Amino acid sequence: MISHRKLDFRTLHFGGEEGKLIPALQKVQETDGYISRERILEIHRQSGVPLSQIYGVATFYAQFRFHPVGKNIVRVCHGTACHVSGAKGITEALEEELGVANGETTPDRQFTLDTVSCLGCCSLAPVIMINNDTYGNLLPKQIKKIVKGYREAAGGVVQP
Amino acid sequence: MKIVVGLGTCGIAAGAEHTWRELEARTGNGGPKVELAKTGCVGMCYREPLVEVRMDDGRRFLYGGVGKDQVEPLLAALAEGKVLDDLLVWTDVGAGSEAAYLARQNRIVLRNCGTIDPERIDDYLAAGGYVALRKVLAENDPDGLINLMVESGLRGRGGAGFLTGMKWRFTRLAPGAHKYIICNADEGDPGAFMDRSVLESDPHAVLEGMAIGAFAIGADHGYIYVRAEYPKAIERLLIAIAQAEERGLLGEKIQGTDVSFQVRLKEGAGAFVCGEETALIGSIEGKRGMPRVRPPFPATKGLWGCPTNINNVETFANVPWIVSHGASAFNSLGTRNSKGTKVFAMAGKVKRGGLVEVPMGISIREVVFDICGGIKEDRKFKAVQMGGPSGGCIPADLQDTVIDYESITKTGAIMGSGGLVVMDETTCMVDIARFFLEFTQRESCGKCTFCRVGTKRMLETLTRICGGEGKDGDLELLEQLAGLVKNNSLCGLGQSAPNPVQTTLKYFRSEYEAHITNRKCPAHSCQKLLTYDITAACNGCDACGRVCPSQAITGEKKKLHQIDHAKCIQCDECFKTCKFHAIVRN
Ligand SMILES: Cc1cc2nc3c(=O)[nH]c(=O)nc-3n(C[C@H](O)[C@H](O)[C@H](O)COP(=O)(O)O)c2cc1C
Ligand code: FES
Repeated sequence: MISHRKLDFRTLHFGGEEGKLIPALQKVQETDGYISRERILEIHRQSGVPLSQIYGVATFYAQFRFHPVGKNIVRVCHGTACHVSGAKGITEALEEELGVANGETTPDRQFTLDTVSCLGCCSLAPVIMINNDTYGNLLPKQIKKIVKGYREAAGGVVQP
Repeated sequence: MKIVVGLGTCGIAAGAEHTWRELEARTGNGGPKVELAKTGCVGMCYREPLVEVRMDDGRRFLYGGVGKDQVEPLLAALAEGKVLDDLLVWTDVGAGSEAAYLARQNRIVLRNCGTIDPERIDDYLAAGGYVALRKVLAENDPDGLINLMVESGLRGRGGAGFLTGMKWRFTRLAPGAHKYIICNADEGDPGAFMDRSVLESDPHAVLEGMAIGAFAIGADHGYIYVRAEYPKAIERLLIAIAQAEERGLLGEKIQGTDVSFQVRLKEGAGAFVCGEETALIGSIEGKRGMPRVRPPFPATKGLWGCPTNINNVETFANVPWIVSHGASAFNSLGTRNSKGTKVFAMAGKVKRGGLVEVPMGISIREVVFDICGGIKEDRKFKAVQMGGPSGGCIPADLQDTVIDYESITKTGAIMGSGGLVVMDETTCMVDIARFFLEFTQRESCGKCTFCRVGTKRMLETLTRICGGEGKDGDLELLEQLAGLVKNNSLCGLGQSAPNPVQTTLKYFRSEYEAHITNRKCPAHSCQKLLTYDITAACNGCDACGRVCPSQAITGEKKKLHQIDHAKCIQCDECFKTCKFHAIVRN
């Protein structure tokens, strides 16, 4: 859930030697899980960087999200190696299991499904990553069990 | 005895952390006396988790596939002084199952990967680390150093292949009080993971290379721009920077000289185009990462308007080795215009997928077959894709092409950063072209009209062809658009985006034609072009009938079923459901 941690953006001199706008947005996302309008206003008020510039930068980079995310982030790789090794079947299995499409969050806010291009473990293709755990050499039929582990685990890590 | 566990991202994904914990638990108090150590990526990603046993007498044994449950048998065998043959992949005394994988490699960039602990600077120092930097500082001759780099023939490993020494010279000669050096670790090409492995397994090699480069051009600040998707690499780089600063190898007044060099990390935020040098600079400055017109080149006007030198991770990792071993040790490897080695990330339908480092001039066939063991399930080799979205597909007929910048470019592909994805007969080349266009279209920053709109039109056409709605004139349209996008885009992204389409059109035109004219996908990959039929192997269990969403399957129970092609929507559900392999796709 959203934390209401105070963040300090006063030292953000956009265009100065530091170039801190992107790290500031990264900080927000790390703290809140996504970038809310309130946070953008906060950055603007504290730093004086124009809103248009903040939005311009935030929407340029794929990393930034503008909606709250689920507790578990499921990332399916659609890089070249995963694509030729059946990433499509894995995505379909995940969509079916979670009941949401790519980019969406389950109504109970447990899972967000995302596709990414290359997680860097191409020799284990097809690969998915749930939070910081990577699963490789997958078959669609394994998905159910993996997801189940996260449903049941109250925060704990489950072995593949 | 020392037991070393490979803890790179691939290893961890395969369960190496569980192996590590099991080893810790079983060798702790009361267990056998062994020293445990961590290392990065050995490169044999296909046999992870990898565990190396170093005997007191110096013999080394590398075991593969050592999951949590294999720890006990391994320790039992070691206690009896035996070798666990089933899991042995390599040893320096005798043979292992994967000896061929390592035998043909020539490790310069990967010299320490999988042997040292990337989180301990002492391991790197013991392996001869920072000797090159000390030498350079002692000689205090930046011009001599640049000459050495030029003479070595090292060309940039980030894609374009520009002579590294020349680039350093331009930046050195550019007037400016402040200069910067940047390491490009954005590695955006999907299907490539060389830079990640090097950063995770030997971060000091990159830092040392950067420090030497900084000294050569006269920079006192450096940035490493690294993908946020590589958390392990970031973690280890931060540790390495702190350790090097503590030992006085980075930071103020390095080793008591007047030379200072400060390195900072910048995390990328997920934009492929930020791998392009001017976009990358914009991104560090906190802006939208959009390429700008060159000249001025970063060498004269880069970060914050100052002369800036950008090199790739692998380029920097080569530098300390060249300084230590001399230019001729490096340029004696390779071909006339491509010196040294190249690291490839092997993936796709190849038996042994992982990292290989080979001398330039080796052929594609040697890499795919002799080193990587050929095609999975012994299927037919169809093509390799080199250079990712900017590269192209080289067909099996041209597998004797040697790997050097010029020969690869001649095929229409590019050397690229080193992703090499192997494809077999089940890969549809039209779909691959569509896949890459989807990528470049999404990643286009939108600045140039041809890149923004042209890639979109090309993607629409390719999607139509894959969906069974191709029409006459589509191929000509693709060719025309490809030329326009290529010639009218500002940066490498647009200029190279048509390469995957052009190479597949050149080598696999008949496959495109089959999609358009016969409405068939020869690789049986494009689902909309498949027809489903039921063979005599059907026993009438009706499992397919129950899953069919469009009621296309009929038949009495326990009797042969049929599919009504007019109703079939090619969802593939029946094929996936049938346990008796009675459904065939054509
Ligand atoms: C769209 C695009 C993406 C690029 N991505 C990367 C990358 O991920 N890593 C990299 O080192 N170079 C990348 N480059 C090449 C860089 O612009 C630059 O040439 C390179 O970092 C120079 O280093 P080198 O001389 O050591 O090769 C990319 C270029 C373009 C046009
Ligand atoms: S292509 Fe999926 S991990 Fe690289």
